[in-house]
Amino acid sequence: MLDSMYGAVELGLLYSLMALGVYITFRILDFPDLTVDGSFATGGAVAAVLLSNGYSLWIALITAFLAGSAAGLCTGLLHTKGKINGLLSGILMMIALHSINLRIMGKPNTSLLGLEPLFSSISPIWLKLIVVAICILFIKFLLDMFFRTDLGLALRATGDNPRMIRSFGANTDNTKMLGISLSNGLVALSGGLIAQQSSYADISMGVGIIVIGLASVIIGEAILGARTIFMATLAAVLGSIIYRIVVALALRVEWLEASDLKLITALLVIVALVLPSARRSMKQKSMARKRSAQLAAEASKTSTGGAR
Amino acid sequence: MKKLTWLMLVLSAVLIVAGCGSKANEKGNTDSGNAGGGAGNAEKKTYKIAISQIVEHPSLDATREGFLAALKDAGLTEGDNLKVDYNNAQDDSTNNLSIAQKIAGEKNDLVLGIATPSAVALASNVKDTPLLFAAVTDPVDAKLVTNVDAPGGNISGASDTNPEAIVKLMDFIAGSFPNVKNVGIVINEGEPNAVIMAKKAEEALAKHDIKLVKAAITNTSEVKQAAESLVGRVDAFYITLDNKVVSGVDAILKVAKDKKIPFFSSDRDTVEKGAFATVGFKYYDHGYQVGQMAVDILKNGKKPAEMKVTVPDKLDLILNLKAAADYGIEVTDEMKGQVKDPEQNLIQ
Repeated sequence: MLDSMYGAVELGLLYSLMALGVYITFRILDFPDLTVDGSFATGGAVAAVLLSNGYSLWIALITAFLAGSAAGLCTGLLHTKGKINGLLSGILMMIALHSINLRIMGKPNTSLLGLEPLFSSISPIWLKLIVVAICILFIKFLLDMFFRTDLGLALRATGDNPRMIRSFGANTDNTKMLGISLSNGLVALSGGLIAQQSSYADISMGVGIIVIGLASVIIGEAILGARTIFMATLAAVLGSIIYRIVVALALRVEWLEASDLKLITALLVIVALVLPSARRSMKQKSMARKRSAQLAAEASKTSTGGAR
Repeated sequence: MKKLTWLMLVLSAVLIVAGCGSKANEKGNTDSGNAGGGAGNAEKKTYKIAISQIVEHPSLDATREGFLAALKDAGLTEGDNLKVDYNNAQDDSTNNLSIAQKIAGEKNDLVLGIATPSAVALASNVKDTPLLFAAVTDPVDAKLVTNVDAPGGNISGASDTNPEAIVKLMDFIAGSFPNVKNVGIVINEGEPNAVIMAKKAEEALAKHDIKLVKAAITNTSEVKQAAESLVGRVDAFYITLDNKVVSGVDAILKVAKDKKIPFFSSDRDTVEKGAFATVGFKYYDHGYQVGQMAVDILKNGKKPAEMKVTVPDKLDLILNLKAAADYGIEVTDEMKGQVKDPEQNLIQ
């Protein structure tokens, strides 16, 4: 039980970079980017090819990040310079990447068995988890710092109010392209880490990844909220871990069939979406009750007072 | 603070549910005594095995059935003295990983991975339990084993590709259909097994000066168009054990019959559906073979390290006589003579 929990937390941490990428496009830029399904596998493919040719892990991961960024940049160009609808430019890039990923690997599936997985030399397992968590949080902090710079602020404003930020002299095309490529770079980095951790890269490893990313972001926001950038990025990381834990638990429950997994994902996201609004409306109702009770009390006071 | 309370509530609810689930798991775990005592004292022991399968698919399901049947024939019956934890990843690589981790975290007497991705994920997580694989095209390419004759480590199993099968089928095409100059293949290049098999077919055909013409698909919905694109350019159709293509095989059957192009497949099921011929085996038998290996490990204390990786050995030419008429093929006695087991493998 505990072992698979550790595994779930570790997977959640590795996937959280992907969730951060999805957070950048969906929440900050307000851009529905489906490139993710392709760029995740691109990261896995690039890392797997380099690793199986004996390159070091750092080179493999950095190259994966750059490859993902390049893919994101293409999506950004299609959308801003090619004036193609955002959703469609992501989809176009996603299907293009399928062929590109096959070219990168030269085959659909690259096995990395026999290579030492990330930090495998560290034992006990909880210590390894802490090391992984520190690395991931370090990237999260870098991201937080970036969003406090002028450029980062311009990027955040692009999603909120493009017209305003244009009037301040920022080029929204450039900020969009930067945001989308940064996002896909993180996604590909996550893909590279996952390929490394699971000992194989597969052409289909990115299918449906966008759903997992969204689920992570939404679950995290439901629990932590997203008042500040610091909290929002932390929420994405936490949401990713919780998502993995729930999947690990769902796998252990006797009366659930293996085929129910997708349904559980859907239910999880629905709960995460409904909970905050349900809580808000409950708050409002209790507030309304309090107010009306107060008013009634005041009214009765004045009426007794007015009898003299 | 409120948010934390909610978080605690949700997590505790999930934990309670999971607790109910895993309690049932504990029962199956009797102490792992030495299983090398043969059948005499094995009545008291309940064996626990876990299966990870990448996707629901007729061939893979048949493999699993065959595997369990072999255990049953050896006196290991599910629900009696055998506990089977079956997991299916629904063709999702992240689920596949979570399943492998879950299995690694439990005590099992034996673990089975069906299809390459499942086997690889298990191999990277399960280190101390005997691990068998089935329906894997090329275990060496997948780095599951370095040597098929003496695997070493805790892994062995069966490959579902007898390289001979493809060569034999191509020889049959070249020998019985002298007018065939180009063979068309509909292929999803995103599937490892399809790519490896197509390469072998290409090499085998080249020896007879026959070209293999590819039409690539990425999705089952594209199969028909790909098959149509080959019409006029090829004299025969061939498909590998390509999951997406096999799922859409009806479309190829229709095109092949309309245009009278002989259609050869890699699996028996497709021939039963209406393709003309294959050299193959039953996936049930393939699973049964792996099941017998499992029995050897569980009951006779054998180690995977010293068990050879097997390939399907019951290869035979399988012909569909009813379909032959649709393609305008005249089945000669010479063709029929190549079928070793006419009872089973001449489909009327």
